[in-house]
Amino acid sequence: MGMDMTTKLRDFHQARWDEPIIFELTTPGERGVLVPEAPADVRRAGEKALAALPADMVRQEAPKLPEMGQMRVLKHYLRLSQENLGADLNIDIGQGTCTMKYSPKVNEILSRNSGIADIHPYQDESTVQGALEIVYELDRALRAISGMDAFSLQSGGGSQGLYAIISIIRAWVEHTGQLGRKDEIVTTIFSHPTNAAVAKLMGFRIITIYPGPDGRPDIEAFRAAVSDRTAALMITNPEDTGVYNHRIGEFTDLVHAHGGLCSYDQANLNGIIGVTRALESGFDLCFFNLHKTFSAPHGCGGPGSGVVGVRSSLRRFLPVPLVEKDEATGRYYLDYDLPNSVGKIKNFHGNIHAMLKALAWIRALGADGLREVARVAVLNNNYMFRNVLKIRGASAPYAPGEHRMEQVRYSWQTMKRETGVTTSDVQNRMFDFGVHYWTSHEPWVVPEPFTIEPTESYSKQELDEFLAITAEIAREAYETPEVVRSAPHRSTVHHIDHSYFDDEKKWAITWRMYRKKFDDYFVAK
Amino acid sequence: MTTSGVVYPYIPNSVPEVQREMLDSIGAASVDELFERIPGDVRLHGPLDLPPPLLSEAELHRCFTRILAKNATTNENISFLGGGCWNHYVPAICDEINQRSEFLTAYAGEPYEDHGRFQALFEYTSMMAELVDMDVVNVPTYDGAQAAATSIRMCSRITGRRRVLVAANVHPETQAVIRNYCHPDLSPEVVPIDPKTGCVDRAALRRAVTGETAAVYVENPSFFGTIDASTGAIAEIVRGAGALFVVGTDPSSLGLLTPPSRRGADITCGDIQPLGMHQYFGGGRGGFIATRDDPKFIREYPSRLFGIAPTAKGEWGFGDVAWERTSFADREHAKEYVGTAAALWGITAGVYLALMGPKGMRELGEGVFMRCRYLMDRMAAVPGVTLPFAATPHFKEFVVCFDGTGKTVDSINAALRDRGIFGGFRTEVTGGRECALYSVTEVLTQRDMDTCVAALRDIVA
Repeated sequence: MGMDMTTKLRDFHQARWDEPIIFELTTPGERGVLVPEAPADVRRAGEKALAALPADMVRQEAPKLPEMGQMRVLKHYLRLSQENLGADLNIDIGQGTCTMKYSPKVNEILSRNSGIADIHPYQDESTVQGALEIVYELDRALRAISGMDAFSLQSGGGSQGLYAIISIIRAWVEHTGQLGRKDEIVTTIFSHPTNAAVAKLMGFRIITIYPGPDGRPDIEAFRAAVSDRTAALMITNPEDTGVYNHRIGEFTDLVHAHGGLCSYDQANLNGIIGVTRALESGFDLCFFNLHKTFSAPHGCGGPGSGVVGVRSSLRRFLPVPLVEKDEATGRYYLDYDLPNSVGKIKNFHGNIHAMLKALAWIRALGADGLREVARVAVLNNNYMFRNVLKIRGASAPYAPGEHRMEQVRYSWQTMKRETGVTTSDVQNRMFDFGVHYWTSHEPWVVPEPFTIEPTESYSKQELDEFLAITAEIAREAYETPEVVRSAPHRSTVHHIDHSYFDDEKKWAITWRMYRKKFDDYFVAK
Repeated sequence: MTTSGVVYPYIPNSVPEVQREMLDSIGAASVDELFERIPGDVRLHGPLDLPPPLLSEAELHRCFTRILAKNATTNENISFLGGGCWNHYVPAICDEINQRSEFLTAYAGEPYEDHGRFQALFEYTSMMAELVDMDVVNVPTYDGAQAAATSIRMCSRITGRRRVLVAANVHPETQAVIRNYCHPDLSPEVVPIDPKTGCVDRAALRRAVTGETAAVYVENPSFFGTIDASTGAIAEIVRGAGALFVVGTDPSSLGLLTPPSRRGADITCGDIQPLGMHQYFGGGRGGFIATRDDPKFIREYPSRLFGIAPTAKGEWGFGDVAWERTSFADREHAKEYVGTAAALWGITAGVYLALMGPKGMRELGEGVFMRCRYLMDRMAAVPGVTLPFAATPHFKEFVVCFDGTGKTVDSINAALRDRGIFGGFRTEVTGGRECALYSVTEVLTQRDMDTCVAALRDIVA
């Protein structure tokens, strides 16, 4: 019999290959791939030069890499892959804030095309018109979606996108003669931690606003924080709570009144795409993650793409190059002529494969489809919201009775008080049912937090399954808490000893460190 | 109920009946009601200004296949383009693994349900550690340029100093990334190279290093392909001033060349693109930062570091080492910042190193080195062509100067393109006007190189 469709609970067990560390699989002499041999004439020239290399420049001891036949390498990594739960396999709505949606397979097929995989960034423009067209068309689509006037697609991830933004803000401060006068960044505790981290790195002082009773950034605290020293506001809306800040226009107006810039962290745009834009809310800069809202896959943590949009007055600060089109000839070209450019954020042109996937996703949906993404993301989320709150021990702080946007930050505080079971315990038990679950960004302003973001990709049936799992774990927490506390039971491995990660004597970040420190199975030398 | 009447394959709940059922459960009359907190003055009235959709997968596939067909690839042409992105062969298993759904679509799972990702990345860092002969390697950052910039900032925090010296033969784009990333609190200055050798001018370096110097950054092999025989001597100058020595390197050279750690480097960094990543227009990149097992260095990494640990039932377990360093844990008090970067390419580079093994890496290094020398010798014999640093050993790439031919790099490259050849790209070298950087990898045959040389003879004649 298969899964019980009434309880909606699976008798799941994750793959458990007990796979050795790859160095343990070595057999001296085995080969995984062979390298093309150098022809005779090449060898004649080359060997003379090799012999002339000073001895201390030539590696004496070969690197201690494993020696394995091809199929054994394949099998090792296939087994490891089976010990990993991707979004393609689980109902990946437990990783709130990260917009774990479907990455269409046709886009993966396209990205394997030699026409994108095997082109060099310094090829002549005439030979990469297709690549430049992708950058240009994506830039144009993102302008429509944001209301901004120009985009840089160079950054290789969201945090690097925020780094590009703070670089632009810093360049603006310097080139407008405000150095020493504008040295503060205002952000909120429910905006992504990188906003604060990159601003500090660029030499700004950080002021962090906490939420008021309704979950929105406290406007009185905000008024007290903003001054002529404010270089920029760096904020998310809706924030990680899923509560939309309807007074966002007052926030941006106030910063503008003090001569500052407003930067909109839209790593996650999913609840409002096609509904409201950065422009109408008064922002000067914004950024999107192509690997979140725009469906490029997350790849275990990259490669991604954090694209940065600005109003026309800030275009001159963008990283170089941008892609433009000569309307007379229809040819695309690289534009390096930005007088106050921050230079380079990343080598070359950014992650073209992510851009291709994002553009194909946009083109597959069109304006109506993108709006439907937001509508269903919000519908799914409010469906989950009503039903999670029916689960014993779960609650959601702030704005009672108000609909949420694309996600909700919940709390197991009541459950913890009544049973001792924590959100981390629940997390470990979720794995036993074949789903992923994340606690939340630190610090835990909401106690015992979890964040559910159902996106538009999951059917009602799948949402119901996730609810059934959550309800079952809550029932266990109240009736058989030890089952939850000792989880996972049906995952790949059992409880991991965390003392090995913070103790300098015990930590082993590579196999060679492990071999230096330990014999057998973690017996200290 | 959907605005367009279309049921979207990517949006299962775009079925009107399902939406009605869910709205009833919520107690809302319409989907619009759920958006009621968004005020009218910030709303977009009307549809986004986008081209009409390609609703069927067939139309979508056709449209994009045609766009991609406008690109000319380095497979269809003979390519001598390098400069930090190279046309190495990518073994089939590399693509097979990084296209697996389980890795491709995972993100930030825990060491339980994402055990495979942790083990694969731990193994990647472990194999890189063997290749660079260091103890610690990070989960990849964005690219080699970011790795260099972060290495420099690590040195500044360790030494408490703010001056930074960067060799003039470092990749110009990497120099630009470093300049921006060090801004405003560190001040990178450029150390000139000896115009005869293409290597760092040691006398100039000795003058530039002071008690305020946090780090000296060089690349070996350099942007010009030169291999510096005096890296050990440079390390002594750096150490004499109490500064730290950061060496950027090309991992594909390390089966052949002595790793920088054996020649005085405190930090070795670079880009893993040569280890199994397609060129992707410069997009297939990931940065590594390697140090010794010294907490003083380990605690300054902004990147994630995966460690190995025992489990309750004797399995290999994994987790994040010294998590409190990171901006995930401590916002603006963290070491720089961390985020989504290049994990999938790290897994791929691990696959590549396991396939190549020590012998494969040695053969790769030798094959590239020898092809480079062969092509240099052949090019130097073309009338009017000179190789400014020809007496210095080179790896993978070299500068060619066309001043004596009376032709420009642009005109030569245009003529080469007509013959199905991507010539080296124009590069700035002191003392030369029309110079280009030529690059080889193991995929080039003797015939490819001979074809290029014959074409050049013809073009400059």
